Amino acid sequence: MPLFWLRVALSLYGVGLLYAVVSLWGGRPVLTRIMLPAVGLGTVFHFVAIVEYGVLGLVVAPSFLHQGESLLAFLLMAFFFVVYFRYKTASPGVAVFPMAFLLTVLASAPSSLLTSPSPGVSNRWIIIHVGLILVGYSALFFSFFASILYLLQERNLKAKATSGGFWSRLPALATIDEIGYKCLVFGFPFMTLGLIAGSIVAEARFGSRYFDDPKILLSILMWVVYMVLLYTRWSAGWRGRRAAYLAAFAFAAAVLAWSVNTGWHRFIAAP
Amino acid sequence: MNFQLIGVNHNSAPVEVRERLAIPEARLPDAIRSLVQQPGVDEGMVLSTCNRVELLTSSNQGSDLRGFLPLYFGVNPDTLKSHVYEFKERDAVRHVFRVASSLDSMVVGEPQILGQVKEAYAIARGLGAVHSALDVLLSRAFAVAKRVRTETAIGSSSVSIASVAVQLAQKIFGSLTNKTVYMVGAGKMAELATRRLMANGVGKILFSNRTHERALQLSEAFGGHAVPFEHLHDTADHADIVLISTGAAGFLFRREHGERLLARRRNSPMFFIDISVPRNVDPEMGRLDGMFVYDIDDLQAVAAGNTAERQKEAARAEEIVELEVERFALRIQSLAVVPTILSLQEQCETIRQAEMDRIRGKLGPISADQEAAIEALTRGIVNKLLHTPITTLKSSTSEPEAATIHEIIRRIFNLNSRKPNK
Repeated sequence: MPLFWLRVALSLYGVGLLYAVVSLWGGRPVLTRIMLPAVGLGTVFHFVAIVEYGVLGLVVAPSFLHQGESLLAFLLMAFFFVVYFRYKTASPGVAVFPMAFLLTVLASAPSSLLTSPSPGVSNRWIIIHVGLILVGYSALFFSFFASILYLLQERNLKAKATSGGFWSRLPALATIDEIGYKCLVFGFPFMTLGLIAGSIVAEARFGSRYFDDPKILLSILMWVVYMVLLYTRWSAGWRGRRAAYLAAFAFAAAVLAWSVNTGWHRFIAAP
Repeated sequence: MNFQLIGVNHNSAPVEVRERLAIPEARLPDAIRSLVQQPGVDEGMVLSTCNRVELLTSSNQGSDLRGFLPLYFGVNPDTLKSHVYEFKERDAVRHVFRVASSLDSMVVGEPQILGQVKEAYAIARGLGAVHSALDVLLSRAFAVAKRVRTETAIGSSSVSIASVAVQLAQKIFGSLTNKTVYMVGAGKMAELATRRLMANGVGKILFSNRTHERALQLSEAFGGHAVPFEHLHDTADHADIVLISTGAAGFLFRREHGERLLARRRNSPMFFIDISVPRNVDPEMGRLDGMFVYDIDDLQAVAAGNTAERQKEAARAEEIVELEVERFALRIQSLAVVPTILSLQEQCETIRQAEMDRIRGKLGPISADQEAAIEALTRGIVNKLLHTPITTLKSSTSEPEAATIHEIIRRIFNLNSRKPNK
């Protein structure tokens, strides 16, 4: 049943995907009208699916790739709505919808029900670790996308081309900046605590060997870039191009850390 | 129903002519009363703005508005002749729709005209000069104007320098509250832009001028602080928006100034609006991250781009208006056949009653059943005979020969000599 709800959510996210693609070519008013209710309903069904997974005990270790993807997609959508209601802009949807759609497609593949947690891993700490990291990832993704929007909007303003198409509906430069910055500030503690939780679990169980894992190293690298981003912002007010490069770097590290080893840490796999 | 419109606007007549026809608000009721007293005029209203003076009437047989105009205003008919336009029927409907939708305005899409039309309508309605056909027409015109505004982007972009400056500032800073504006130099356009920025809620204004007295005057007039000109560069970092309009021959702000300003502002963006000619801000400075420099040509280009955008939207709006004119004409036509159908039915019913009375006299006493049978029979015949003419009348309203069909039916049944009793 949770898979069914997930697929309902997926088809509703499809509307969002369509909206994202079409809005790059000027947009369709009909799609704009139905987009929000559709993805909103999708997010609700997605929530139902996640809760059911939890009740069925299938989510004990969300580090199983598929559950993790589902959770990440859901968090992205939740972030989208927070930003939408706070700043009255649906622009992030252009990136969020395709991303959420893709993650949900992966999560709703039939094999996701087959993966069952091995007894050694079912641990509260792991759930906390993964949950915190995923919130951090979502925030980082938003911050990264906001910095891209910032660059585009800045370029538009400098090129003195402000009318027409998708770009004319972008929020103000200062608003984009604020979204990016707030997401950064919001996500950083989650990322930090998530990494600490992970370290505690791994240290307790596997000793210092876990530092061999590229996933861990990439995560730490990402965390460092994250901190540099925040520091330059606080001390020198870095934004725009320089901040976007850093954010892109941190995001690339995050994606790599996510994809390396397909969900399992090497130190768990190794006996 | 006959709609008729006569008038002058900014395209047809120069201001010397328009000002002689303009009617001040106090005299509007008098003008409307004179208009509806014209022979043939059933309803009338007058629209008088700085860009147009128009008389709109509805009548049954048409009236001589061209004669009324010079007479009422005491203007030589010959001077008016070449400036006045006149529309009838469908063309008048179209014109009213276009005016209300701001398609006939000097700045296409400007929002004031709809309010002006509504006011003119309210005044005429208050005097009882607008009651039936014009009422229907104007209500429709307001609906069309609303449709144009919601379905096209005709009024959404700025087309004046001052409003473009505000629009750009909002694109950069979002809300302008708590933002600081620095007005360097003086000038009409700069003042206009400052006023606009103030109307959009900027928090603080600084003034600087080579002649410090002028800066003091301005700061008093607008409510702000005057800064001596020699402190301009030391204080500029306090401003988010710098509006420059001085007579200086060279650049007052160069790239190195920009770098220093950004460092002091911790890279918080700045917007320079340079409306001086020759320019006062080096365009090189605009290459810095977070520095936005627009000169007068850039502003004008944005305004022109927006104007072009509006023109495109106006073409879509014209399509909507055309569609609505079509719809309205159909509605008016179908309203026009209603009296004919009524009198046709009435005519036949009178004949039937007369024949019934005659036959009763001939037959002598008949039973109630027989009476009912005859009643049903005659009614059936009349209804069947009338069925085709009535459906033809109803369905013909959308055809080009509607008026002919209408007239033929009236003549065949000899309806022109009688009026229906409602």
